[in-house]
Amino acid sequence: MASSQSQFSTPQPTVATVSEFAGNLPQRYLVDRAFRLATWVATAIAIAVLGWLLIDVLSQGLGRLSWQFLTSFPSRRPEDAGIIGALAGTFWVMIIVPIVAFPIGVGAGLYLEEFSDDTWFSRLIEININNLAGVPSIIYGLLGLAAFVRIMEPITGGRTVLAGALTLALLVLPIIIVATREALRAVPEGIRLAGLAMGGSRWQVVRDHVLPAALSGILTGVILALSRAIGETAPLITIGALTFVPFTPGCTENFPYFNPLDLVRCPTDVAQSPFTVMPIQIFNWISRPQQAFHENGAAAIIVLLVMLVLMNSVAIALRSRFQGRRS
Amino acid sequence: MPTEFSSPPDKSSLWRPNRSSSRQVESIVRIVCLIFAGISILTTLGIVLSLIFETIDFFSDPFFRQALWINRLPDLLPDASEAQIQAVGEQIQALDPTQLSSASQAVGLEPPSPIAGFFYAITRFFTDRRWTPLFANDTDFGIFVLISATLMTTTIALIVAVPLGLLIAIFLSEYAAPKLRQVLKPVLELLAGVPSVVFGYFALLTVTPFLQQLIPSLQGFNALSAGMVLGVSIIPLVASLSEDAINAVPQDLRQGAFAMGATKREAIQAVVLPAALSGIVASIILAMSRAIGETMIVTLAAGQNPQPINGDLGFINPFIPVMTMTAFIVQVSLGDAPFGSLAYKTIFAVGMALFLITLTLNIVSYWFVRRFREKYD
Repeated sequence: MASSQSQFSTPQPTVATVSEFAGNLPQRYLVDRAFRLATWVATAIAIAVLGWLLIDVLSQGLGRLSWQFLTSFPSRRPEDAGIIGALAGTFWVMIIVPIVAFPIGVGAGLYLEEFSDDTWFSRLIEININNLAGVPSIIYGLLGLAAFVRIMEPITGGRTVLAGALTLALLVLPIIIVATREALRAVPEGIRLAGLAMGGSRWQVVRDHVLPAALSGILTGVILALSRAIGETAPLITIGALTFVPFTPGCTENFPYFNPLDLVRCPTDVAQSPFTVMPIQIFNWISRPQQAFHENGAAAIIVLLVMLVLMNSVAIALRSRFQGRRS
Repeated sequence: MPTEFSSPPDKSSLWRPNRSSSRQVESIVRIVCLIFAGISILTTLGIVLSLIFETIDFFSDPFFRQALWINRLPDLLPDASEAQIQAVGEQIQALDPTQLSSASQAVGLEPPSPIAGFFYAITRFFTDRRWTPLFANDTDFGIFVLISATLMTTTIALIVAVPLGLLIAIFLSEYAAPKLRQVLKPVLELLAGVPSVVFGYFALLTVTPFLQQLIPSLQGFNALSAGMVLGVSIIPLVASLSEDAINAVPQDLRQGAFAMGATKREAIQAVVLPAALSGIVASIILAMSRAIGETMIVTLAAGQNPQPINGDLGFINPFIPVMTMTAFIVQVSLGDAPFGSLAYKTIFAVGMALFLITLTLNIVSYWFVRRFREKYD
């Protein structure tokens, strides 16, 4: 019987040479480094653009910043113009927006996190809030124009501080609701259970234990929402905020031109007054052809950015305090 | 002798919490919170209803009925000469559009029905090639003029924001040291917090003059610099959402790739990015939706000139002024259009188009995450 070679012979083992095993490592590492460099450069570009913007605004506007600029009304002559009208409008917006949006936003957040069962209604609200957050701000302006300026004219008085503040309140409502929910979720379940075990009702537990624990987180969200609100231009232009305002809302005629007490003393004078805000004043100055007005715009941008940075630092400080306590 | 304890005469006097009143308070609070939560639904309803009503009002404006009437004259008067038709047309044009039916005796012809006018308006809205709603005569309502400009600025913005945002996300999640990351994240938040009017200033007065040195034919208002700055403004959105998606990819996958001999970039490119793809795509779609709805940058820097859709291809030229949907709404709002005027209704029709486009994109992005998310549990 002739011995035939088996068809299934074990193949000769092949040993990879070192170079094959390395798989052209030098070149792959080179590509790696290039990629890493690209991510560096991309980050650097974003920061550089931000720096370019800030330096440009500062170099254009710093020269115009003065006490006169902060306390004058707008004028046809750029060197006499100031931002007091716009500052007062922004100030009133910053007061009225939280008065409206804070209770509603926190209440809605409380409902979704603490009081609702997982019903179709709460799911509908949740989807709805996600959708609202994606609606362009100018659409809110159209809503404000149709609802607050036109339909609710007897209450708001038309294109007024109140109509603008209500529009902005609706605009920032999703931000406050989401922040409230996150802050409430961060409160340990143990606190709720302990409160309930002591015989507290759900509302007593929420009021005395959960809300205080979540408060700084909620306030952070409210401040961030406010800083979004005072930077918004488009919705207020749409509802018809003025661009030339040689007066301030309220009944304080002289320096300092705005007084929070006016809200109690003469609420309708404040709420039903025509107004402008900082971003609209900036928009107005930028869209004029004269260079001197552009410098005014840059100076007003500096003021607006300083306000935003201040508000954001308060929010960051609150947040870090909040995180420090929780951990 | 042990002390004697006697039980108190009435145990319930020691422990009698006022449950019924606290229950009442609780149900009141619950209802108030429910109403507040319902306000978000009312907001959506308000947006949708005001847009729908004003848009229907726009399409049923008698202006369109009148225009259709003039348009149909050759059919209505088959025997008339062109000069006669033109004369009748001018006669109709002179009529008060709100009094068409009663004024028809003067012409001796029946005007088209309001429903025909409505559908004619819709046809005009989608097929006109010019956007001249504020002209006294020769008025055209081609919404695609505005949509094309919006798409152009958005495309330029995405060309800037997607590569930069994605690379920044990869840098933050894969390469940056934790300390550097702690510094960079607030910087990105700062960039995200810059008001859009400030970006508009930057685009109009800084970037455009700079680009004009490189491209002499660039005009003072143009889609290019508006789109580029728009792109910068949405970088933080792309970066932070993509970073979240990349961070959600479990470490095991990276280590598996390293164990197979992949270098870091190969692991990112072949394993991490595909695993995070649904989140990344969703972030890009959301950024696109944001860019479409962004107003001040394009109003300030891209101009107010609707470019007709014709063979000149001006509507896709990024070097000349164009007009986006949002810029038109601002232009009319600044002009103080009286309630009920055609211009007033037009901004709602444009707003409706804008709302539908962004809503579709938001839903697609939501659906995309749901549909294609890789789950690692």
